[in-house]
Amino acid sequence: MIEVLRIGVDVGGTNTDAVLIRGKDVLASYKAPTTPDVGVGIVAAIDEVLRRAAVTPSSIGVVMIGTTHFTNAFVEARHLCRVGVLRLGAPATLAIRPLLDWPEELRAVVHGHTEIIGGGFNYDGRPISPLSVEEVTRAALEFRVREIEAIAISSVFAPVNVTQEQEVAQILQQELPGVRVAVSSQIGRIGLIERENAAVMNAALLPMAERVVGSFRRALADLGIRAPFYVSQNDGTLLDPDIVASYPVLTFASGPTNSMRGAAFLSGTVDALVMDIGGTTTDVGALLHGFPRESAVAVDIGGVRTNFRMPDLLSIGLGGGSYVRTDGGRVLIGPHSVGYRITTDALVFGGEQLTATDVAVAAGYAEVGDRDRVAKLDRKLVATAVDEIHRLAEDAFDRMKTSSAPVPVVLVGGGAILINRDLRGCASVTVPPHAGVANAIGAAIAQVSGMVDRIFSYEKQGRAAALAEAREEATRNAVAAGAQPTSISITEVEELPIQYLPGGAVRLRVKAVGDLMLGQAA
Amino acid sequence: MGTPMQITLDHVEDLARGAAILGTGGGGDPYIGSLMLRQALEDGLRVELIDVESLGDDDFAVPFAIMGAPTVIIEKIPNGGEMVAALRATERYVGESAKAVLCAEIGGLNALLPLVLAARCGLPVVDGDGMGRAFPQLQMITYNIFGVPASPMIMADEYSNTVLIESDRALEVERLGRSMVVAMGGSTNICLYPMHGRDAKRSMVRGTLSLALGLGRAIREARRASNDPFVSLLAYLRTTPYYQHCRVLFEGKTVDLLRETKAGWAMGRVLVEGTGSWLGRRCSIQFQNEHLVARDGDRVLTIVPDLIAILDAATAEPITTEALKYGQRVAVVGISAAPIMRTPEALAVLGPQAFGLQDAFLPLERIDI
Repeated sequence: MIEVLRIGVDVGGTNTDAVLIRGKDVLASYKAPTTPDVGVGIVAAIDEVLRRAAVTPSSIGVVMIGTTHFTNAFVEARHLCRVGVLRLGAPATLAIRPLLDWPEELRAVVHGHTEIIGGGFNYDGRPISPLSVEEVTRAALEFRVREIEAIAISSVFAPVNVTQEQEVAQILQQELPGVRVAVSSQIGRIGLIERENAAVMNAALLPMAERVVGSFRRALADLGIRAPFYVSQNDGTLLDPDIVASYPVLTFASGPTNSMRGAAFLSGTVDALVMDIGGTTTDVGALLHGFPRESAVAVDIGGVRTNFRMPDLLSIGLGGGSYVRTDGGRVLIGPHSVGYRITTDALVFGGEQLTATDVAVAAGYAEVGDRDRVAKLDRKLVATAVDEIHRLAEDAFDRMKTSSAPVPVVLVGGGAILINRDLRGCASVTVPPHAGVANAIGAAIAQVSGMVDRIFSYEKQGRAAALAEAREEATRNAVAAGAQPTSISITEVEELPIQYLPGGAVRLRVKAVGDLMLGQAA
Repeated sequence: MGTPMQITLDHVEDLARGAAILGTGGGGDPYIGSLMLRQALEDGLRVELIDVESLGDDDFAVPFAIMGAPTVIIEKIPNGGEMVAALRATERYVGESAKAVLCAEIGGLNALLPLVLAARCGLPVVDGDGMGRAFPQLQMITYNIFGVPASPMIMADEYSNTVLIESDRALEVERLGRSMVVAMGGSTNICLYPMHGRDAKRSMVRGTLSLALGLGRAIREARRASNDPFVSLLAYLRTTPYYQHCRVLFEGKTVDLLRETKAGWAMGRVLVEGTGSWLGRRCSIQFQNEHLVARDGDRVLTIVPDLIAILDAATAEPITTEALKYGQRVAVVGISAAPIMRTPEALAVLGPQAFGLQDAFLPLERIDI
């Protein structure tokens, strides 16, 4: 079978990268500036890779888009709408109202109106109080008079029982046609405040998400690409665009995830540490069987506490644009950086600021800009700075390792040129080709997943039979989402016993992941 | 002694961070408690911290805490009213009106909750607690050790349903209480060890709320001034009346972690490989919810009830046993427990043997390292 042509796009804050790949081969890549209407940048980037590879739009089999657009919009409080929060949990939970510890500037933009009404569950599935339709409709009226555009629904122990959140969502959609609704159980895990925060973030992004997904669609139509397209989510698998329009926060961590998955693909390693060196910071993450290791602790996004499953990343202030300064006899690198102005402000590009890139060029191992402009730098300063860059990198690696055994390291990102020797504690250091567009490649190779997340009775059917049923169902869901049946494997099994329900109830979360099944190239 | 101190929004973060340090690895994340206190203060409620000496001998005072599973507390957050219900039921049963709220456990979440209750009732909180840190069971408390009865214990759920437990044995109160926690949905609000001023004065670990505030403030101010937070932390502790024996026991990187859940306890130990002046040495810290003993090789560096805190080596942010993982750069800090917790009576209940350790208690200031 001829492998189909895939386009991967990474819409970042500064650049929109596109790659064209077939099987394991990267046929073309291009970086275009990200534009206010993201579609314009996407068109420019894809247009250029098609031209470079001399490929027609109609021969493209599939397009995958990864984006940090929603994350950035939230952090910068841009394009957010006012949100109504409806929490089900009274009489419990009243001691902490929604959005209590949000940063003032975000709360000012997002906070519309909040209500805490009867509902929610105990950990054993016993309701805290029954849901009252009258209370929901009264809350709906409060939202209506305030012209709330989107509503986040959160319920105590919604991960144990989703029914109330779903019922309330239906009622609100009937009562308030046109108002967008997000439920917490679709987004977060145990931890009411963190999950509710995630649902509010999601709701605040809904109008923008619809516009952006529409913009993606138009961009592809304008290019004459009729192939299906998908958007990558936090765990590195694909989402249908319609789901992204409803749950944009599911893409929040896709940037680092794609970069790490891209690094795994480009280097051919599935268990490694990945170091993504940008202009200002370096992110270090761990790949386990080709997927990023997830963080176990609460993650702050824009100062708001959440409990998303995010890649476990360590960010340090080392990048190509990091300031190099001396303090007494010591040489200090970062954390300040010239950032995206590196191409004008660094010495080798004609600027006045000594940066990490200048040091790498002066030491003779990096080849960018004008070497003559750093020829007169003090040799000892350069040597010390190079040592310090490697020491920072070694330290970051060491902190991300899970054992003292040496592990391979894959370097990606534009700042990978800063590293020129093996790092202590590393089995090997690889800089794969196309490392600068690892994000877009990670999107292009993304797989599809199927989930099961419901309550099974171990007493009735036994643990083994219940697990088998859940695996089968997750596999069927993955196939329905477009996975090739022979490529599917189970990547996640989580058992959450629920006491005091008759019949040994257990909540099972099972995820199956497989390759996207595509027709042959035309 | 001492003028009352008004607790304000500016104190919440310091108090939470200090309480987490005094949690010595356990005690529960103070996050939910700090949000509850923040809401109470934002809503205009006020709370004062008073010295135990300002209580009259016959003044009635009631300790408050939450008992339950951390997983439940982060979902089924209290409404605040049930805390008041527990206090009111205690007052009704004993037949006296409370003049102050007491803290049972300064380590972790339970440091902040008595302030929330006090704010809601318009009562002051006495500066001190019954543990001087965190402990896993409710008989491991100076109130019990110095003869204050645990009961009547009142437990209240979110409907302000209340349950009274009365027994002359603290262990029985603990055992019966645990089963009632399950019936109440996995977490519950409790008032116990109700006492009079004269008993508080002789049984309390004094000044520990101020201590938590001071610890949090020392770290915050050091960070803001870009100073070494450990220097600031130790300097602060040395100004306190009885936590003045303190030292960085060890500094290094976590290299091994063993964890298991036994009978509901988070048991395990973490190994730290030395860096800097500790290069070439290894420190192990054994824990049961809280840190029990720190050893350099076989040698004991600090042992319960003295406090062992594991802090981020750069920021001095406390790290709980759940948050431990490989590769963290940590400093292990030992702090002397209050003299009241080092008495023979106290050591019998919360000393090394109470946790099945073979080592005898040795005050950390008498250990050469």
